[in-house]
Amino acid sequence: MISSLTAENLACARGERKLFEQLSFRVTAGQALAVEGANGAGKTSLLRMIAGFLSPADGRLVVKTATGEITDGEERGKLVGWLGHHDGLKPQLTVIEQLHFYAALYGTASERAMLDRVGLTRQADLPCRYLSAGQRRRLALARLLVSGRSLWLLDEPFAALDAAGQSLVGQLMARHCGSGGIIIAATHDPLGLGNESLKL
Amino acid sequence: MSPFLTLLTRDIKLAARSGGGAALALSFFALVATLMPLGVGADLKLLARIAGGVLWVGAVLAALLSLDRLFQGDFEDGSLELIALSPLSLEMTSFAKIAAHWLSTGLPLTLLSPLLALMFNLAPAPMAILFVSLLLGTPAVSAVGAIGASLTLSLKRGGLILPLIILPLLAPVVIFGAGAVAAVSDGMAGTGALELLGAFAVAAVLLSPFAAAASVRLNLGN
Amino acid sequence: MNWLFKYANPHNFMRLSNVVLPVAAIATVLCLVAGLYFSFSVPPDYQQGTTITLLFIHVPADLVAMAAYVVIAVCSLLSLVWRHPLSDTAARAAAPLGAVFTVLGLITGALWGKPMWGTYWVWDARLTSFLLLLFLYLGYMALWNAIEDEVRAGRAAAILAMISVVNIPIIKFSVDWWSTLHQGETIMAGKLAPVYLPPFLLMMAGYMLLFLTLWMMRIRTAIVERRARNLMVSA
Repeated sequence: MISSLTAENLACARGERKLFEQLSFRVTAGQALAVEGANGAGKTSLLRMIAGFLSPADGRLVVKTATGEITDGEERGKLVGWLGHHDGLKPQLTVIEQLHFYAALYGTASERAMLDRVGLTRQADLPCRYLSAGQRRRLALARLLVSGRSLWLLDEPFAALDAAGQSLVGQLMARHCGSGGIIIAATHDPLGLGNESLKL
Repeated sequence: MSPFLTLLTRDIKLAARSGGGAALALSFFALVATLMPLGVGADLKLLARIAGGVLWVGAVLAALLSLDRLFQGDFEDGSLELIALSPLSLEMTSFAKIAAHWLSTGLPLTLLSPLLALMFNLAPAPMAILFVSLLLGTPAVSAVGAIGASLTLSLKRGGLILPLIILPLLAPVVIFGAGAVAAVSDGMAGTGALELLGAFAVAAVLLSPFAAAASVRLNLGN
Repeated sequence: MNWLFKYANPHNFMRLSNVVLPVAAIATVLCLVAGLYFSFSVPPDYQQGTTITLLFIHVPADLVAMAAYVVIAVCSLLSLVWRHPLSDTAARAAAPLGAVFTVLGLITGALWGKPMWGTYWVWDARLTSFLLLLFLYLGYMALWNAIEDEVRAGRAAAILAMISVVNIPIIKFSVDWWSTLHQGETIMAGKLAPVYLPPFLLMMAGYMLLFLTLWMMRIRTAIVERRARNLMVSA
């Protein structure tokens, strides 16, 4: 359980370019943060930095949990539920096999329930190659739920979804924050969660 | 199932479902073994002498075929990020992939080798040594291959560079593996060569996950 | 360590090499000219006859080829562990030089072997090891070229260089082992008579200075190229 994530004077450089610097913010349990900005402003880079893939050029990120503080990137990554541009789905595996893989990998066991939650119950035995774009995103959401992580990093969570799908995302996000999770989302659309905004 | 076994079984499953898994590597291996006599003639004594070398090179090349996709597939569809964020460390991830590659490629090649050795008129004693040498050496091929695969995982046509990078590093494996067969063919003991091969293989398998993990971190950091 | 980082700044490196480069270049020419003179005027070896001259041209090339890879590995270590900024550039600059010295070693080795073996190539253990070293150079350079992002390419190449350098003794050992198994021919063994030392040492120094000179030039060129590119990008 994470109580807060604090960014102190973060700087990010891509090659020779400085994307952002002196970036500071704080998100506590139950809160959501929308990261806004033009394409290429560094939204994805910020998310990847929080996830621990990218090292900050300057500054640091501190996560406070019940047991203490975490400043190391890779350790922080073990608390992250990631929803990136790509779906992370193998065409040759069936929907339930895919979810079962991530559940076993992340040490959780709630595949069936999460599949129901995103409305893909009937597609359980369908190989992922036959899913539509919207269904793939739903499966990715199910996978996010299955990971059981409390810090959600979402990159354009509403993309490729129809109205019903977007409403589903909104519900899942509200529920996550409601139970004390943290959401940081890079988005062009409003999150609708009464959240803070960060402009890059 | 533990995260390690989960990843291992998934990779084996994926290898089996796309392109028939070991079938491609086995066919390639058999083809090389078939082309060689077509190239050098069917003199059985000659074939018996070159069997160790030819079959070893053939096995290494066959194992190479699927190496470039070892990390690349997961990198391209976003699975690698998700695996990196899981409780499984990148080192263990690499180790699981090496093991999966060996089980789906190196091991089947080893199992086919006695049949091909028969086609090369190899006597029973060197044939057994060939089998053992492949059993010891193919894990090294998977391990060293994983290093090359992780370095080139972001390259669209990385498949061309991968052999260039790892084949020189695999020279000792071919030398000791084929050398063991040659020694036994000449009536000497092959144990010295097998020991050297085993030492190299153990070192490669234990150390390459660290190198591969470093390369994966490098590529994820973008 | 700090003095190393002083020259990590490209500007400082340029100033340093402005002074050192001409000196190194002149020293190179002097050593090579003197070395070649002595190489050709030395008394014939009782075993190898006049082809002993090739020893002075071949062996230093091999040694520099080997040393260049160690240089690349050291630069790679600096790059990976200490993030020394110029070391990626330095490593990349050294690679083609090392490769050329390796090719030089292979060609002169073959030329040296012809009078003794009758053919140009008999898979001598040393030459075979150096042939594999050439492939290690080619793979290193290919990796640099293949990855588009220069920073990432440098780090990947650094990882490869360090793994390769650890493998080089293993490869050498295995090739030597293979050579005794198959009883191949060998180029040479044994000590060098004292009368042969001056040309050998001169050629050795000459080759090393040649490497250093060309290496510095290549690093300077790389720095200038990057400056030009930055100017064009921001113009």
